[in-house]
Amino acid sequence: MSFLKITSAHKAYRTPEGAMVHALNDVSLDIRNNEFLTLLGPSGCGKTTLLKCISGFEDIDSGEISLEGKDLKGVPAHRRPFNTVFQNYALFPHLNIADNVGYGLDVAKVARKQRDLRVEEALELVGLTGFGSREPNQLSGGQQQRVALARSLILRPRVLLLDEPLSALDRKMRENMQIELKMLQDSVGITFVFVTHDQEEALAMSDRIAVISDGKVQQVASPTEVYDEPANEFVANFVGTSNIFTGRIFEKQGNIVTIETANQRKVQAESDRFGVGDHVQLILRPEHLKFTPGGNGVPDNCIEGVVETCIFVGSDLHLHVDVGKGRKAVVHHRHDRGNADEKIEAGSQVKLYYSPRAAHLIKAVVN
Amino acid sequence: MAGSGAILARKRRTLILLLAPLTLMLSVFFLIPLSIMVIYSFLEPGLYGGVEWNWYPYNYGRILGWPLNDFETFEVIYLKIFLNSAQIAVMTVIVTFLLSYPAAFWVSRMTGARKNLALFLITLPFFANMLVRIYAWLLLLRPTGFFNTILQSTGLIAEPLNLLFTNFSVIIGMVYILTPFMFLPIYASVEKLDYSLVRASQDLGANPIQTFRRVILPLTAPGIIGGSVIVFIPALGNFIVPAFLGGSKVQMTGNLIERSFLQSRDWPFGAALALLIMAFVVILVMFQISRQNRAAERGIA
Repeated sequence: MSFLKITSAHKAYRTPEGAMVHALNDVSLDIRNNEFLTLLGPSGCGKTTLLKCISGFEDIDSGEISLEGKDLKGVPAHRRPFNTVFQNYALFPHLNIADNVGYGLDVAKVARKQRDLRVEEALELVGLTGFGSREPNQLSGGQQQRVALARSLILRPRVLLLDEPLSALDRKMRENMQIELKMLQDSVGITFVFVTHDQEEALAMSDRIAVISDGKVQQVASPTEVYDEPANEFVANFVGTSNIFTGRIFEKQGNIVTIETANQRKVQAESDRFGVGDHVQLILRPEHLKFTPGGNGVPDNCIEGVVETCIFVGSDLHLHVDVGKGRKAVVHHRHDRGNADEKIEAGSQVKLYYSPRAAHLIKAVVN
Repeated sequence: MAGSGAILARKRRTLILLLAPLTLMLSVFFLIPLSIMVIYSFLEPGLYGGVEWNWYPYNYGRILGWPLNDFETFEVIYLKIFLNSAQIAVMTVIVTFLLSYPAAFWVSRMTGARKNLALFLITLPFFANMLVRIYAWLLLLRPTGFFNTILQSTGLIAEPLNLLFTNFSVIIGMVYILTPFMFLPIYASVEKLDYSLVRASQDLGANPIQTFRRVILPLTAPGIIGGSVIVFIPALGNFIVPAFLGGSKVQMTGNLIERSFLQSRDWPFGAALALLIMAFVVILVMFQISRQNRAAERGIA
């Protein structure tokens, strides 16, 4: 039986200006038990609306949300076996840490002794043993985040919903918390539904990622699949950076296809799915594009271009290369200390090449 | 370090300069008159007003029962009047609270121009003279007034109801005048209330009643207490409302003080009455401040 199932959910609302916004437009999603699923999308894509509909703070206009086959329609938020970790933590300022964590048990009228024991356990789980008597405003952002986690997990929810919980933390803390969250999810064995607009966060933590845009699910897949085989142009551009060439396949040898782009450039890719005559988009990740200044040992299907900018970001060198006719290619080159070839400046001529195996093809939308 | 000391000294000078006018005004027009009141309350009343410069703590004895001498007797009526005043003031606090609390939530959820209009309407009664507003209530409540006429013409009552010159009419007048003082502090704390906390409470399994009791009420309590104090104090000492709407039937401490100063010309007794009420109020306010400090320590003042 499916666990948490969302079937063709629709949700529209009117903005104060009077325009209709389809926050959820036929969303179907099958969330598995014990998985770490991330809803990834730009702000305003509908991911937070979906989370609110799951938690019961908003109703869907049509469609169904069900848990283990039972429709959740009409079940108010406080009766759903889900708990939420809010973006701003939403700790109760008038209660100390122990009372914040024990809040759910207190309203459920759990006996004092058992309640205290479980609060202790929950605080230990998030590494805050001994913080019970402190006040929320005495804690750092990361610690408040842990309290919010403990407060939700203490109720042993079937699903933990996390609404961009790491966005208020600084970068270092965020990276630590990513690892901790993933480990926590493994140890407690609760389904996590995590909302974020940060693709690195999504790739780092998730078992599966649901990429959402314009109220629609664009792709649901594992992080590697989302990255290596994006389902469409939106996913390719939103998750990581992509070089995209659109064209028509005019030759196929074995599983190597050659595509002629609109501006008569020929590019190659590996594909079983597409054949001669198909309109396709070739997606190439910047780190799969290699460059060389000279002409030695370069495959003959390389692309020539002029470097526009060269940005050093520490681990990588990011090149923006003008490949002619107004098209640009982005190249991420792994920084190699002491390599003379890296002495690239704006204006240098380079040749770009890649292995056809690294390219991913998707069906092009033909107008 | 010498530089920062100089900055600190300059800051202190600025502060003194900024506070000087207020300090001066309060000293001249509040502290000095207050001291005169304190001194007068322990002096013997003059035969035709004024005071005789003799130590005379018996003014307090008339109200509290101690100390007394051969000429002054303890009369329980003063404590009764005080209790009645306190009762009216407490009722006023309760009614203004019941009116203001839901309204504050309603207004806080409005947007833009509507919200400003609502806030303006709430303060609008301040624009009219208080005597006129109270007198209007007299006209509305009297036996031949608006309410009785309506009720009689619809046949609901045969005889006019005795609305005027009761605790009821005094409370109506007080509520009418003091509601904005309750509303504004409550509104300020409701406006600050973070709705994500309400959602968090529901999310953790609390039903609406539990959420109200455990989250909304404690977080808006500072506003409720603040509003209650600044409604209770003027309600306790008000003498215009009972004078108009209470007639000779409803006596409040405000009337009593007014009469001892202006009619019986017993200044020391009036001063003693006023100071006792003030002491009572100061104790209340100090209690409130200590509560607020505790709340501030938890970061929710």
